[in-house]
Amino acid sequence: MTTTTPATIRPETAPGATFKTGRLALHAALILGSVAMLLPFAWMLATSLKSPPQIFTYPPSLVPDPVVWRNYLDTVQAMPFGRFYLNSLFVAVSVTTLQILTSSLAAFAFARLRFRGREVLFLVYLATLMIPFHVTMIPNFILIRFLRWFDTFYALIVPTAFSVFAVFLLRQYFRGIPAELDEAARMDGASSFRIWGQVIMPLSGPVLAALTIFVFLGSWNDFLWPLVVSNSNATRTIPVGLATFRGQYNTDWHLLMAGSVIALLPVLLVYVFAQKRFVEGITLSGMGGR
Amino acid sequence: MPSPLPPSVSRLDFLPHVTAQTAPAPQHITVSRWRRYRPDQQWEAYLFLLPSFIGFLIFVAIPVVASLALSFYDWNLLSPPEFVGFENYSQLLTKDRVFRKVLFNTFYFIVTIVPLQLAFGLLLAVALNQGLRGLEIYRLIYFMPVVTTIVAAALVFQWFFNRDFGILAAAIWEFGATTGLPIQPPDWLNDPDWAKPAVVILTLWKNSGFTMVIYLAALQGVPAELYDAAKVDGASSWQRFRFVTFPMVSPTTFFLMVIQMIGAFQLFSEAFVMTQGGPAQATLTIVYYIYQMAFEFQRMGRGAAVAWVLFIFIFIFTLVQTRLQRRWVHYETGGES
Repeated sequence: MTTTTPATIRPETAPGATFKTGRLALHAALILGSVAMLLPFAWMLATSLKSPPQIFTYPPSLVPDPVVWRNYLDTVQAMPFGRFYLNSLFVAVSVTTLQILTSSLAAFAFARLRFRGREVLFLVYLATLMIPFHVTMIPNFILIRFLRWFDTFYALIVPTAFSVFAVFLLRQYFRGIPAELDEAARMDGASSFRIWGQVIMPLSGPVLAALTIFVFLGSWNDFLWPLVVSNSNATRTIPVGLATFRGQYNTDWHLLMAGSVIALLPVLLVYVFAQKRFVEGITLSGMGGR
Repeated sequence: MPSPLPPSVSRLDFLPHVTAQTAPAPQHITVSRWRRYRPDQQWEAYLFLLPSFIGFLIFVAIPVVASLALSFYDWNLLSPPEFVGFENYSQLLTKDRVFRKVLFNTFYFIVTIVPLQLAFGLLLAVALNQGLRGLEIYRLIYFMPVVTTIVAAALVFQWFFNRDFGILAAAIWEFGATTGLPIQPPDWLNDPDWAKPAVVILTLWKNSGFTMVIYLAALQGVPAELYDAAKVDGASSWQRFRFVTFPMVSPTTFFLMVIQMIGAFQLFSEAFVMTQGGPAQATLTIVYYIYQMAFEFQRMGRGAAVAWVLFIFIFIFTLVQTRLQRRWVHYETGGES
């Protein structure tokens, strides 16, 4: 009896102990990683609140002393960030609305209507999913110049108001909605347009929510195309405005960091409160979106 | 991967004809309506498609053709375009020294960023999948860089890497001073040998949260019985990772590999903001080169040719990976791809 009890106890306690220390080690590693992830944010915030002499002292500190709130005022006075916000918001809202509208209509036709050439047309759409945006960028730029849309909101919104990826995604989803529902609505005399608006769209909440975040954030953070077609503060979006600001205040790191904080703050705030939706939306890019 | 579609959608969708034909057909009318095109829906369908199709035609389909045509011309937007045949391409591939550098840089970024990104993502996902407390908070933090504007991120990192007043350099100086080791921080962004790793670090910081989230979803789909069985057979935790986890998430690995590779091919903003392609063109990428050719040097044809070379590279690499996947990607029968 004395020989059996320790034998049963030992395997019980030993793995338990390693389990606990393993867990602690894991937490320690993950916290270290979190610090590494957050450090650039902290460094940005700290710098944005420092005075120039504080910035150029060694060793650098993560705690600004004194805290110079004025940097934000100076930044906003040096560059019209308010205007950039409005531009970004206007462009992102327009692009999201138009893209979801045009794509859901097309997706409805591909998923629910029977017409000649459906399969071929859909294949043509799909084939272009592989082609990177950069291939079409130069002709689009030439077209924008030809239309005299350079440095206008048209240039920022219209070419991105359509999306093959969104059509593809929505079509897949729409096809999963039972056909009996719209057959029944059709029996009751509903037009295709009403079926789209009152049957299919209301039933597609999750995919529309994810797509909205994906398109909105993509548009909000888009850099290359707005960089190419906007040329004045009247049309510059936040990323392009920030890049322009950098071009003019090359070494004023307190101002540049304040500008970065201003650029990031709204998105990060919304992200913290709607984390799950953001993750869902962004992982869509894994499905073939840009 | 966390598909936003319900499982029933992806399953049904790949068998449209089967579902259509096996659907019970109570009446003759139903059958004929189901199988034939509906004339009354013909024009209606075109109306639904019209807004999308016009945009598709003008901003995607025609530009693709135009871009290919343009790549055979020399055009600075001012004088009339001049047909030069394959010269843009032959110049790029045989004479253009900068383009050779650009290709080298791009491949450097691919072979560093893609494996590191996958390793980080998988490591983080496995760690977070242990049923730890605080998963939500960790995910919130690790995913945060993914939603940030790349311009702001690149700007912060430029300052972060500053040799004299940056916090990273300071940490390295202090480390060297306290340990007495002859360690000095490199002049990251002014040294051609160190500018590339700086871009890699920025990219890893920015995107690891993305691979982590995708891997996390894949890990949650691995049946617990497999681990239990492996444990019974006496497999160590490394063996369980190597022989259960790794093959089970290999479809996700393959998928992320393709996605990240395409992303690395298209690297632009990071280099444009943080290093301006330098020093000595050490961080000039293919997309950056397209941008330079077209919008700095006004050489539209040459820029279009670079864009097509990019496309061809992406196409070939994706094709090769798709071929190679059969050797190492493990698909569960009946599972989602």
